Amino acid sequence: MSFEKPASLNNTSSIAAPTSQANGHTREKISVRSLNFYYGTSRALKEVNLSLREHKVTALIGPSGCGKSTLLRVFNRMYDLYPGQRAEGEVLLDGENILDPSLDLNLLRARVGMVFQKPTPFPMSIYDNIAFGIKLYERLSKSEMDGRVESALRRSALWEEVRDKLTQSGLSLSGGQQQRLCIARTVAIRPEVILFDEPCSALDPISTSKIEELIDELTDDYTIAIVTHSMQQAARVSEYTAFMYLGELVEFDDTSKVFTSPREKRTQDYITGRFG
Amino acid sequence: MIIAKYRRRRRIDAIAKGLCLAATGFGLGWLVLILAALLWNGVGGVSFAVFTQMTPPPGAAGGLLNAIAGSLILTVLGVLIGAPIGMLAGTYMAEYGRYSKLTFFVRFINDILLSAPSIVVGLFVYELMVTRMGHFSGIAGAVALAIIVIPVVVRTTEDMLLLVPGPLREAASALGMPLASVITKVAYRAARAGLVTGVLLAIARISGETAPLLFTALNNQFYSVNLNEPMSSLPAVIFQFALSPYKEWQQLAWTGALLVTFAVLAMSIAARILSARAVNK
Repeated sequence: MSFEKPASLNNTSSIAAPTSQANGHTREKISVRSLNFYYGTSRALKEVNLSLREHKVTALIGPSGCGKSTLLRVFNRMYDLYPGQRAEGEVLLDGENILDPSLDLNLLRARVGMVFQKPTPFPMSIYDNIAFGIKLYERLSKSEMDGRVESALRRSALWEEVRDKLTQSGLSLSGGQQQRLCIARTVAIRPEVILFDEPCSALDPISTSKIEELIDELTDDYTIAIVTHSMQQAARVSEYTAFMYLGELVEFDDTSKVFTSPREKRTQDYITGRFG
Repeated sequence: MIIAKYRRRRRIDAIAKGLCLAATGFGLGWLVLILAALLWNGVGGVSFAVFTQMTPPPGAAGGLLNAIAGSLILTVLGVLIGAPIGMLAGTYMAEYGRYSKLTFFVRFINDILLSAPSIVVGLFVYELMVTRMGHFSGIAGAVALAIIVIPVVVRTTEDMLLLVPGPLREAASALGMPLASVITKVAYRAARAGLVTGVLLAIARISGETAPLLFTALNNQFYSVNLNEPMSSLPAVIFQFALSPYKEWQQLAWTGALLVTFAVLAMSIAARILSARAVNK
């Protein structure tokens, strides 16, 4: 499928896609068009249109219950695990609609990885936590696997801390280390997009800054979307910011614009702490 | 005014605490009495012969070897049949069919089965197997015990899997893991201690069951590992010997009761240690 110009985003919504040249143009990795999401009969997302640009970080901000996590969980169809949740509209990953019911969910999730709010290491060794995901897709020799595990741990800035205790349980690590282990696990299977759902909300400031640095480095290879309650974090890590409120995408633009000269009053009220 | 209120609260607290302590003491008291009576009467009979000789005819000396062997075989077989069925059903309820109507009904029926009198299970298997085979048999006893095992294991398996945090399952799914792997490689692992505890509790439960065995495995004077024949078991021997007028039999019944009790106690302690470990993780 050929790729359309970002301008197509403006068709159905008043919200313009970010067009700043300052960030350098990259193509749209994921395009969301007229997305509506329902929990049973209640509508949690209303006609959302936005795009995630390749090798960029897009932050989703907004008060609790605004639908930002819901939106994130559409990108890897996480909601499919639960009955009564459904999405309508189009979400294109490289031009292919991932809401298509015939889509192979496991393959989609191999391409779109996710890191959760609470660190979720599997109850197995540090090594196996990472090797486990790789084994789902590839058959590697022991030495190749060792190499993959090491490079994933290096990529997530955890190698130096765990190289001597790879056989220990993943649960023995500190919270920040566990979260980096989860990132390593996600990176190891070489996805194209990584979704972060408030990855630092359970972590101390030092671990948080490590994760933020990591996210920054990961943009070399991955397209990233991050849901965060911390506006400083959004400002620090993202190139684009989407502000959501009551299931609507209120404003979506370059992060610098959203934080310095928002077009919408609601955005301004939120980022200045007047509500939310 | 406030002080008066505070004093009143203290009084109510003291009364409530007193009642709780009394209830605990009352319950524990009987347990201690039972265990003491068991030890008092049973320990004297523990000897090498208990583990090496058959149950004797009235008036002769003997042991419990056939009953111990029978109990082990029946219990192991009952668990081997019942635990996998229970685990698979519990897995369906907690994982595949968590939101389905079927799960709701199975859970309801399982709860009834869980509290069904075991004598009913014995009668059921009597009708199902013993009348058709024409004789009592070890296999019928094992099936009866298995039917008691199933609801216990279904319940613990479901409960333990439901305790596995949702985000862990989501994280596994987010890697693109098929549901079967999510369950066997992640959820089972996370719930392992709890699942083992459930099986141990089921073993503890059936090792003292008498009623279902009287209708199925009956009893056997002699050592037998043939599942097609009646099989001896500790509870059945205790039942028969304790009601007899013979001193030697009564002594063996006490000793058998002691063995069963301590086997169950050991199992419960193991279950406790395992589940405590699970919590610490």
